[in-house]
Amino acid sequence: MSKKLFSLNQDRSLFPPNRPDGTIDVDLSSHKYLKIWHGPQHPGITGNMSLELTLLGDEVMDCETHVGYLHRGFEKLMERRKYIQCFPIVCRVAVPEPDFNEYCFASAMEELAGIEIPEAAKWLRTLVLEMARLQSYLMWIGGQGSAFGMGIVGQWTNYCRDLVLDRFEELTGGRIYHMFIIPGGVRGLLPDGFRERMEETLQTVERFMKDVHSTMFNNAVFKKRSVGMGVIDPSWINRFGIVGPNARAAGVPLDVRKDYPYLKYPELDFEPVTGRDSDIYTRADVRRRDLLLTVDLIRQIMAKTPDSGEIRAKTPNVLHWKVPAGETYSRAECTRGEFGYYMVSDGSEYPRRVNVRGPSYTHAVALLEKMIINVNLADVAGLMVSLHTYPPEIER
Amino acid sequence: MNQMTMEYTINQLKQLNGAQDHRYQREGLDFITLPKAYAVEAITRLRDHEGFAHLVLLTAVDWLEQGQFQLTYLLNNPVKKQDLGIRVLIPRETPVMDSIHLLWGQAATYQRELHEMFGIDFPGSPRVDQPFILEGWDEMPPYRRDFDTKKYAEETYFPRPGRSSNDPTEYMKHQLYPDE
Repeated sequence: MSKKLFSLNQDRSLFPPNRPDGTIDVDLSSHKYLKIWHGPQHPGITGNMSLELTLLGDEVMDCETHVGYLHRGFEKLMERRKYIQCFPIVCRVAVPEPDFNEYCFASAMEELAGIEIPEAAKWLRTLVLEMARLQSYLMWIGGQGSAFGMGIVGQWTNYCRDLVLDRFEELTGGRIYHMFIIPGGVRGLLPDGFRERMEETLQTVERFMKDVHSTMFNNAVFKKRSVGMGVIDPSWINRFGIVGPNARAAGVPLDVRKDYPYLKYPELDFEPVTGRDSDIYTRADVRRRDLLLTVDLIRQIMAKTPDSGEIRAKTPNVLHWKVPAGETYSRAECTRGEFGYYMVSDGSEYPRRVNVRGPSYTHAVALLEKMIINVNLADVAGLMVSLHTYPPEIER
Repeated sequence: MNQMTMEYTINQLKQLNGAQDHRYQREGLDFITLPKAYAVEAITRLRDHEGFAHLVLLTAVDWLEQGQFQLTYLLNNPVKKQDLGIRVLIPRETPVMDSIHLLWGQAATYQRELHEMFGIDFPGSPRVDQPFILEGWDEMPPYRRDFDTKKYAEETYFPRPGRSSNDPTEYMKHQLYPDE
């Protein structure tokens, strides 16, 4: 029996039968199956999340996602804080991409309050969002390489990410949490010499990305393990709420920057990067090309961002700011797809309800639980990284 | 053109499903309230015949003063680039709503979270009774308005000696508006 279980050609008759509701009938006392916890700390994800896996040999038969390791109740905490006091909280919802939270929160609030922000602030917000995309992609690509045994890629890209964080520090004063986008505008203009240093950083990123392309994307091991693996069927896109590069790699060009233009994106020249095969390799390649597109967009933005001008619209005293009653939804394209804030105001100084719509919510739970079936245990981490999820935004 | 098609959709909802309280928020984003009894039927029609194929989010708002929960189904039409927020009001005393897990794969996760955080039941939704984020929680569902986070924190995490904290509002007032 044990020989059959671990042979390369498994006897499919040993696989558990499906119940009518789609679940599988696993009898653990039969000693055919093994239940293991994958996580909460593991290379498959930025943050903490567990998978309860049922294995037959080393093949996944069933999976339940367990989240809650990072729950801080942000949405509830916001209800007893004034709008401005929510800002130190919102950026912590998605740790590697805090700026999208700041932008979505601020723009929802501005929309309800009827505030139009100045031109320079729009350019600076666009710049910060693209810089956030760049550093998030650099972090992700290292994770994807590491999950398939290429630690050096992670070291290179994290070095590049550090350079982008240096630029963030110059511009905003913070490396991870910036709180640069505030209601009514942004906190400052470009510092002296920022453009030159940013150009230097972009050139370094491009140089390293050429090395990453040769080392990772032309690597036989990476190709063998990622091509044809973890395929997302295009028919699942709407059925599972798949967005961003996960959808674009399946040939569906979903990109909030193009579909629902915001800030200064209509004035930038770009087309959403798409793929065709929808496997791990294609998703990685779509993200690599999207990263290079972001480098190009930052250059376009830097060329158009004014050096002076108004950066904040006039706002009421932020400690007594009563936002008019209403509800709205504000969205932006982060590296993982559509990121949005649903905000309800009852006309008081406190938000009535804020709900964060993070792409990880759908990708890491419903979609992952479906895709992971029949995947080899050694490929689980690689599959998780290829969906690019951040657990903090699942549980907020 | 898009707004005309949205008007058609809104009129259909009013005539066929008794929708009311329509609010135009901005170009491509409308909100409307549907009666509980017709909500899932209307959402199914919107998904299958009106192109609202993408469920952006499902969440709840607790209107404690009115004794109601507002469920918000935010639907998106990816072709016409339109969003439609469907509001459904259900009583706080008997918070039960029909499940939409057969329409979208991720809906079961949203419903499981709403059951845990607001105590809203969705009979038939997979694993709806299993804890999602909280573990071993025996208080009232924590996202309800009457759950006092400050009181809970003070009772659960007692203050450590030698630590003090400022009132955030007073501190910010001093920092931002020292002359007022």
